[in-house]
Amino acid sequence: MNRTQKQSQIAILLLRLIAALVVLILAFLIGYIFITGLPNVSWKFLTSPAKAFTAGGGIGVQLFNSIYLLILAMIISLPIALGASIYLSEYAKDNWFTSMIRTAIEILSSLPSVVVGLFGFLLFVVQFNYGFSIISGALTLTIFNLPLLTRNIEESLASVSDDQRQGGLGLGLSKYETIVHIVVPAALPGIISGVILCSGRVFGEAAALIYTAGQSAPALNFGDWNPFNIDSPLSPLRPAETLAVHIWKINSEGIMPDLTQVSSGSAAVLVLAILIFNLSARYIGRKIFEKMTSMN
Amino acid sequence: MLNTKNKSDRFIYHFNPEETEITMQTKNLEVYYGKSLAMHNADIQFQKNTITALIGPSGSGKSTYLRSLNRMNDDIATVKGQILYQGVDINQPKIDVYEVRRRIGMVFQRPNPFAKSIYGNITFALERRGVHDKRVLDEVVEKTLKQAAVWDQVKDNLHKSAQSLSGGQAQRVCIARALAVEPDVLLLDEPASALDPVSTQQLEQTLRELKKDYTIIIVTHNMQQAARLSDYTVFFNLGEAIEYNKTRKIFTRPKIELTDDYVSGNFG
Repeated sequence: MNRTQKQSQIAILLLRLIAALVVLILAFLIGYIFITGLPNVSWKFLTSPAKAFTAGGGIGVQLFNSIYLLILAMIISLPIALGASIYLSEYAKDNWFTSMIRTAIEILSSLPSVVVGLFGFLLFVVQFNYGFSIISGALTLTIFNLPLLTRNIEESLASVSDDQRQGGLGLGLSKYETIVHIVVPAALPGIISGVILCSGRVFGEAAALIYTAGQSAPALNFGDWNPFNIDSPLSPLRPAETLAVHIWKINSEGIMPDLTQVSSGSAAVLVLAILIFNLSARYIGRKIFEKMTSMN
Repeated sequence: MLNTKNKSDRFIYHFNPEETEITMQTKNLEVYYGKSLAMHNADIQFQKNTITALIGPSGSGKSTYLRSLNRMNDDIATVKGQILYQGVDINQPKIDVYEVRRRIGMVFQRPNPFAKSIYGNITFALERRGVHDKRVLDEVVEKTLKQAAVWDQVKDNLHKSAQSLSGGQAQRVCIARALAVEPDVLLLDEPASALDPVSTQQLEQTLRELKKDYTIIIVTHNMQQAARLSDYTVFFNLGEAIEYNKTRKIFTRPKIELTDDYVSGNFG
């Protein structure tokens, strides 16, 4: 074996070790969280409300809040992100205005979430007087989510072959018709993967919500689905501690006796949910792509 | 017949409009990319129900010329001069460009079926134009797929994704899609370059059939294809139409030396 071959083999070995290390760290983290957390998770834990001073509390309300906030945030941010990314990918010319928008998106996406949270506190909670509420949280999450979602959708649109656009124009369709009816459907698998990945990020977010959606989870009346009643689960003006905020809260100031169990159980549920988001993003994106391109 | 032999080194055949029905023609057409002139000197007439091939080396302006004919160059280039379609200059701002592209259909180099069913690909443009009668749409789908000679292969799978088809079948579905909006003229930009020899042969047969109802203009880099398929041939070089004549004459007795060199494979 000559010197070059030897060098190459050592390099490959080194790179494999590094890759293995990354996987190992991830496996250790997830394994630790699941092993300590999952034994505390039961149906009762997932559905009953939290208890502040006694043992046996659950995370039912927090779990509901997380999902509801996620859905609201997505309902607000998806149309905006879709519009912005269609503009950037299909219409925007390469000039100072466009590059300003892109720079703004990049800066927005690199803002620390706690800063976004404090901004949301000043604007939505104080200035708009929405208080610590679902709507303040959802609007703040929109700010947090918008840059990444816009970038994701823009990339999906840009990856659609130009042949598709030409095909639409060649049939005498307008540019707008071509984009809405040909380009966006063709980009759908990528857009859906992007939405699900962003959902995972939003679902696990805590810092942006501490000062906006609040740190309390008042008991909800699950028999009342009128969004205008303050104890209805759908009320957008009630404070809503999410699962991620709950973990932070009980670890910093929790006084219930089973604090460790509740914390590790919540962490396991949160990580499991995010794992499901990430894996399903790939799976669903691929399935839709297959459906669109296959004979079945 | 008015055969005008250009004094310089170009020969452009001219029809007598009293004897021949001209579907399209261009006059003083100039295409600029930015400030640079990409194509000029191409006063060509296209006879109804014929196939005209545009040949020439890469960068000779043949595709640029073709794409100007249904104003697909609108956002990319500046097109000056006249494009007469049935006597009307369609290279004017007041002309409805969408209607132009409906009447002058286009098929592209790579098959580009939309992410829809075969049926949906064909009915899509009609539905956008307000045709929703299922019976009418069914008829159009069957008629155009038969015209494009792909009906027998896909008739049992009309609701499967068009993107699952093979290249040759996909390209014929794209032809059927272009025919669905009832054009007069069909522009094809190297439609067989991504296809295997068998599919290419089938495609050529299809075009020969379509000639009965449509005026066909096809860009091809394949000289054998031009010779087999077309009635007239334009030879482009360096952004100019060098010679336009009956295909037989172009390939057997070209009037210009450059054409002779090109068709006998001395350059390009």
